[in-house]
Amino acid sequence: MELLIIFLSASIINNFVLSYFLGICPFIGVSNKVSSAISMGLATTFVMLLTAMVSWLLYFMILIPYNLEFLQIPSFILVIASLVQFVEMVIKKVSQPLYHALGIFLPLITTNCAILGLALLLSMRNYLFLESIVFGFGAGAGFTLALVIMASIREELELADVPKAFQGAPITLVVAGILALAFMGFAGMI
Amino acid sequence: MKKQISLWQEFIKGLWEINPSFKQILGMCPTLAVTVSVINGIAMALATTFVLFFSSIMISMLKKLIPSQVRIAAYIVIIATFVTVADLVMKAKFPELSKALGPFVPLIVVNCIILGRAEAFASKNNVLRSALDALGNGAGFLIALVTMGGIRELFGSRTLLGYQILSDLFNPLLVMILPAGAFFTFALLMGSANAFTNRKNKIARENILQKYQKSTEKILNSEV
Repeated sequence: MELLIIFLSASIINNFVLSYFLGICPFIGVSNKVSSAISMGLATTFVMLLTAMVSWLLYFMILIPYNLEFLQIPSFILVIASLVQFVEMVIKKVSQPLYHALGIFLPLITTNCAILGLALLLSMRNYLFLESIVFGFGAGAGFTLALVIMASIREELELADVPKAFQGAPITLVVAGILALAFMGFAGMI
Repeated sequence: MKKQISLWQEFIKGLWEINPSFKQILGMCPTLAVTVSVINGIAMALATTFVLFFSSIMISMLKKLIPSQVRIAAYIVIIATFVTVADLVMKAKFPELSKALGPFVPLIVVNCIILGRAEAFASKNNVLRSALDALGNGAGFLIALVTMGGIRELFGSRTLLGYQILSDLFNPLLVMILPAGAFFTFALLMGSANAFTNRKNKIARENILQKYQKSTEKILNSEV
């Protein structure tokens, strides 16, 4: 039950993109087409799952026992960057179709603040190992959901007559604002 | 060699011409997330400027030593070091602000403004120019955050910097403090910035056209 609440909270109620403002850059940048949004969402979810595991192990098994908490930021970012690099190499070797689907998005994920934000949040909230995995999965699912909804709306938006000054990023932000309002409706769920 | 612009120009261009928030659309997450009030915006912008300033100087000094294959990793380590400094200082000196900003102080590491300036500017220019560029971009970021924070705080809680500005008769717009308000405010600001730039470009184009027409008329007249 506890785990289900963590999952729902991370994916819908406190959606990373729409209420924590983490990962706005890919949210604006890669939400042109539904197909690329799905690939980006899957790649991010995958990396989030791995990051949740690795950063939990790093923080609670290495940094805390040796009183090295001040190294949290540099060590997290280095571990995440090398993890992403490693995943990219493995996928390229193991499965070519998967590499073509996810490959180009993987390097972008390193600088996605949602990933580092996830690692920081789970160390701040003192989650247990299983809880942080569920948290990572929920955050990834929520990110994918927001990205896919956004991409579907933007595909329709291409046909709309938008004032010249609002074309591109501004109209996307307006749509994101409306989405954020809609997601607020979930706030009473827990 | 390209003619170098003056040092003052180097600083001033970050304020508007290449304003990181409105023109380059970098560093959106903190712009949207922490601007519930002006004071949060100022704190966030100052922390970012601190990191940007020192990492730009450091990267500019080390640009010959860092091999280009591993430069991004090296930049990130340098940036992460200064972010740790900023985070620890804020936790010790301003615990309330640090709590209000939450994970967004450590997240300066992945703020694209800093890596963007490092890659686009500091790795190619000397220390003085990089420092000025960093300060200019930091100031531009500060302007954006203060504008955002000002609008949201004024309409969302009727105050500016904690002092009440609007009278009690005005009903506070709760939506401005919520995440949705951040998206709307930023969309409006960016739209107006675009409209302003479009108009300026149009006027400049018309001026050039007029000049061209006049000069052709002159030539025609003289030929006649």
